[in-house]
Formats: sequence, structure tokens, C-alpha cells
Amino acid sequence: MAQDNAIQAPEVVSESDELIARSIEQEYRWGFVTDIEADAAPKGLNEEIIRFISAKKNEPEFLLNFRLNSFAHWQTLEEPQWPHVHYAPIDFQEIIYYSAPKQKEKLTSLDEVDPEILETYEKLGIPLQEQKMLAGVAVDAVFDSVSVATTFKETLKDAGVIFGSFSEAVHEYPELIEKYLGSVVPYRDNFYASLNSAVFSDGSFCYIPKGVRCPMELSTYFRINAAETGQFERTLIIADEGAQVSYLEGCTAPVRDENQLHAAVVELVAHKDAQIKYSTVQNWYPGNKEGKGGIYNFVTKRGRADESAKISWTQVETGSAITWKYPSVILRGDNAVGEFYSVALTNNHQQADTGTKMVHLGRNTRSTIISKGISAGQGQNSYRGLVRVAPGATNARNYSQCDSMLIGDKCGAHTFPHIEVAGPTGQVEHEATTSKIGEDQLFYLRQRGLSEEDAASMLINGFCKEVFRELPMEFAVEARKLLGISLEGNVG
Amino acid sequence: MLEVKDLHAEVDCTPILKGVNLSVRPGEVHAIMGPNGSGKSTLAQVLAGHESFKVTGGSVAFDGKDLLTLAPEERAREGVFLAFQYPVEIPGVSNTYLLKAAVNAIRKHRNEDELDAIDFLKMFKSSMKLLDLDESLINRPVNEGFSGGEKKRNEVFQMMVLNPKLAILDEADSGLDIDAVKIVAKGVAQFRNDNNAVVIVTHYQRLLDYIEPDFVHVLYDGRIVRSGVKDLALELEEHGYDWLKNSDA
Repeated sequence: MAQDNAIQAPEVVSESDELIARSIEQEYRWGFVTDIEADAAPKGLNEEIIRFISAKKNEPEFLLNFRLNSFAHWQTLEEPQWPHVHYAPIDFQEIIYYSAPKQKEKLTSLDEVDPEILETYEKLGIPLQEQKMLAGVAVDAVFDSVSVATTFKETLKDAGVIFGSFSEAVHEYPELIEKYLGSVVPYRDNFYASLNSAVFSDGSFCYIPKGVRCPMELSTYFRINAAETGQFERTLIIADEGAQVSYLEGCTAPVRDENQLHAAVVELVAHKDAQIKYSTVQNWYPGNKEGKGGIYNFVTKRGRADESAKISWTQVETGSAITWKYPSVILRGDNAVGEFYSVALTNNHQQADTGTKMVHLGRNTRSTIISKGISAGQGQNSYRGLVRVAPGATNARNYSQCDSMLIGDKCGAHTFPHIEVAGPTGQVEHEATTSKIGEDQLFYLRQRGLSEEDAASMLINGFCKEVFRELPMEFAVEARKLLGISLEGNVG
Repeated sequence: MLEVKDLHAEVDCTPILKGVNLSVRPGEVHAIMGPNGSGKSTLAQVLAGHESFKVTGGSVAFDGKDLLTLAPEERAREGVFLAFQYPVEIPGVSNTYLLKAAVNAIRKHRNEDELDAIDFLKMFKSSMKLLDLDESLINRPVNEGFSGGEKKRNEVFQMMVLNPKLAILDEADSGLDIDAVKIVAKGVAQFRNDNNAVVIVTHYQRLLDYIEPDFVHVLYDGRIVRSGVKDLALELEEHGYDWLKNSDA
């Protein structure tokens, strides 16, 4: 029962269009390249490369086998064609699958991290230095494919929380990795998840023990730096019974003319009564005004919620040339709760096909989906969602709300809701609206003394409010700024 | 304060205003009356700078400045306020948030310091009470889910908070019951002083029972065809606009 409720903006030339035409001038501000020596694999993908990556990381056998199985399976798969996005075919043999900043073998403190890298994170405004205690956020920084620094490790350890790079966790907690890796997103899941499972190089790992509420927000910043490099990171978060954690993720990349591939996998496991809140501000390089360059963001994110557990995804997607991403929750246990709050912005030639899947298996499970799509320039924005209520999931409830806002008349908004309900007790509600940023609203605000840009940003922030209020404070401020920058001068 | 001279304006190539003259001095209340389609609301929108209307002739001076060259927000910051006939809804933006941004945009323009949250609350409270507005209303999204009466009172509330030099009220009483009309009038009475001016655009003279105008103008087919004192409004009420048309011909 898929349907394309495509709504193209009417072809009316108005003053706002002129302003749009005049003003999609805002440059990407995070587009610098850090000059640093990298240790990279040769281009292309074959078994040798996978063995090379695994050997580089000195991995245990179970992991090498996981990779090889994934690779074997990946070779049987075709790239998915169903998303509402268009791009030239990707040559997977032209990509470098492993690139790591050259550095000393083992880092014991931040002082040993290459100053160039620290400077990069400094430029990005990310507090890596431990002395920035006041920020109160533990950060794991992933540069190209390798985790370069994790802050507050000791503080977290005292609370029993494990947080750090995936590679380290493979050596320090192999039994956890073996138990959980691929347990939510199996390597056979889809084309990009298989690819990731074969070649992932690093990422973040987090384990919150029974009954522990993580004492601070955890955060990972991903940075793609090297050219022609794919970034394939893997994030695994486990909240044991009754544990709670809030996790933030930020991403940026340099300006490059060629498209770069980012295919990550994020797995969340929320045991009985546990809560995981996962927030993303995605700001990969979106390509230039003509649509050249930019990141292809093909990401698989999924969480498993056991009895009375809660998983909440919040995402603000402003970057990437193409976004293909459906953070999902498998509501496996009774009374489990899943939430998805999303703002996706497409400007210039950006394309986003994003949404969520809520799979209700347990009884009395509840899910909420709030999706806000904003299209400007020639951006194409699609919401794609699946709500499935399985036969045993009595009294399951879902509420979905998908709102689209169009800015200008060259963009598009589409919604593809899929709803499958088995049994008579499920309650599923779906609401969708599409609006054009109103000249009357702009005039009203300007008549009260606000500049055109402030008026527009007020309207957009109002539109996204239900999502922003789900973000942790600092992130909400960042998201608001980002949205303002991504649309600067674009409305009038 | 406001000098409108031979103002012509059109929308979609249809002339609406065909030579309007109007002079408003500080301390005055003017009522502009006229039948539907006479150009009353257009005049209000043109003065506020709505871009759907094209000014094709004439001039508007406001405190000596050429109003027509200013953007809508610049006019607002100079002290021109329009209470809308149909206030739009702004989802997700609270009344307080909008007003705070508006007040500070205007203060910044005047090189005054921005106000903090506490000063704002003080500013709000007395006006809200006077207008019988529920306090929860200021934290609700602008006009969203407001009743017709709440929307109109909210416009008057914004006027009182922003304290403009010239307030133009476009059909501020339409759709209101008599109690609500009285409340709107109370707000205007509280607002007016010797330094500001009010222009009331209205179809009916009902509102004028409660806000006594110094001058009444009748707009007909894009021109002011008659001006007088408040008795003119009563005459109109009695004879209808046809009387004017006939007597004018």
C-alpha cells in the first residue's frame, strides 16, 4: 500500500523565488581539508583488502570471519533502486576502504594525538580537550575511519560505563562484541549494511551496565578527511537492564568535487527497562550549488527494545548530497516504546529519502513518529516509513505525523507511508501536511519589525519545534544555527 | 505625522486606490469608513508595505520620511503598526517569542538596549489584564487555535506592547460580540496619547461608539469622498453608503 503523495510546488513566480535565486550563496563552512599523512589501503574491494583491514586492526578470528561472510554475501546483492533518489552508479572498486591518520602505535592521552587533528576538531568547535570539563560531554572522535580520541574515559569507567573506539572494544571486550555485533542489523540485512559489515574500520562502542544511568551525555564526532575514501563506521550501544544513556552524533566532511560514500551501521540494544536516546546532527558536505560533490549517506540504524524499554531517535539532517536512512526500532518486548523525531532539510540539489520503521512485536507497544521535511532550492525530500504491527502485538499503538514545508517552487516533497497491521487491536494514526512558507506569514512577522531572514528562520524553527525540543539543549542550539545557515538568504 | 498625498495603488493591474489624501497629526484618532471593496483594507496594507500591492502614484510621508521606500520591517521599526483583519497563525512560535523578537528588533533600531525576560513579563502583564487575555495565551503559538475574538484582542495586545507611533486597526471589531468590542476599545483608549495616532478602518460605526474619533473619512471607490467629525459616522449609519453615492453624484 505504498503511495506517492508527491506534491510539487506550484509554478508561481513570486518575489521569494527571486530571493532564492539570488541567495543560495551560503557556502559550506566545514569544508576545509586537514593536511595529514594517512595510512591507507589501495583502492578497490576484494578479500585481500578485507584481510588487510582485519590484520591492520589485529582482529580476533570471529571478526575476520564476520567480515568475510559479509563480503561473500554482499557480492550476491544488488544496489537498492527503490529510494526516491537519483545518482550515477557508484563504482565500488574506485573507493579506498581504509584510511587512518598516521600516528604512534598506541595513544595514552590526548597529548599524543596529532596536533593537526586536534586543530581540526578545534575548528569544528568540538571540545576534545579534557580541560573543557564544563562542557560535560564525553566525546569520541572518529577521523576518517579511525577513532582518534575519547574524552572522560576515566570518569565513565568509575560509573562502570564503557565508552570508546570500536577497535579497542574488540580487544578489551571481545565477548560483548561477539555477542552483540550484527544482532540487530545482521550482515545480510541490506546492501550497504553488508558492505559495512565487510569493511568497517572503526566507530564507537558503548556499554551501560545494569541499573546505571550514564552520568554524562556521550558524543561521537565523525569527520571524513581523506579523498576518495569511504567512511564505514560501526556504532554499537548496549544499555543493560534498567540502564539509561543519551548519545549524540555529529558529522562533517571537507568540500570535494567527487562524491564520497558514507555507509555506517548503528545498532542499539535496550534491555528490559533500559532507555537509549540517540540524537544526530548530520552535516556532511552537501555538494555545491550545481549539485557537484557531496557525501552519499547510506546508513542503517536500528534499535532493539526489550520489555518496557525505550528507544528514541532524533535526527537533524542538513548535509549530504543523498541521504538514505531509516532509523528503526524493533519493539520486541511488551510495553516497549519507540520514538522517531526527524528534521530533514534539502537545499540546492540535495536529495533525502529518510524515515523510520517501527516494528511492533510485543504487546502494548507504542511508537511515535514525527517527521518534518523542508525542501528549498531544487531539493527533493521524501519521507518513507513503515509501521508494522505483528499478529501477537495486541494493543499496539502508533502515531505518525509527517509535515513538509516547501520553500520556493523548484523543490519537491513526497511521503511514502507503509502501514501493515495484523489483528484487530492495533491503533495506527497517520497525519500528513504540506505547506508552502507563507508570504502572509512572512509579511505578518515583518510588520512586527523582524527582518525577512529572521522572519523566515522563525517560521522554520516553529515548524521544527516538536523535533528540536527532543534534542539535548546544546544540540538544539547547534541544530537551530545549522538550519539557519543552510537556508541563509534562501527565503523571503 | 502621516501625510498621504494622491496615493494610487493597484493589485494585479486593477487600480484600487485612486488618489487618497489623508493627514494625521499626533494625538488624533481617524476613522476610515466605506463599503466593501472601497479600498479600506488596501490602504491599510499599502501603508504597512504589503508587496502584493503596487503603488502607482502619490506619496506617503511619515514623520518626514518617505514611507514608500521603506521595507515593511523598516516601517514597523519606525513606528507603524498594523492590526490585521485576518491575523495569520504561526505554528510552533509562541506569542512571547515573537513579541520579544519584535520589541528587540525595534529597540535595536532605536539604539536602545535589548530587554530581558523579566522586563518583558512586566510589560505583558498589565496589558493582558486590561484586555482580559488569559495568561496561558502568551505561551501558545501565535494565533494558533485562538478564537476569532482572541485573535483580535491579541492584535491589540501586540499593539500595546510594541507601542507604535501610528497604529492602523483594520476591521478590529469584525466578528466580535459587544463585550469584545468594548475590550478592544478599552485597549485603544489605554494606548492613545498626545504623541501617537490611531487610524481605525471599519465598515460599521459600532466600534466608534466606544472609541471616539476626531475625524471620520469615507472611502468610496478608491477615493476619500467625504471627511467630517464623528457625526458623519452616525449619518452613515442612518442612511447607509448609498446615501453618499447619491448625494455625491
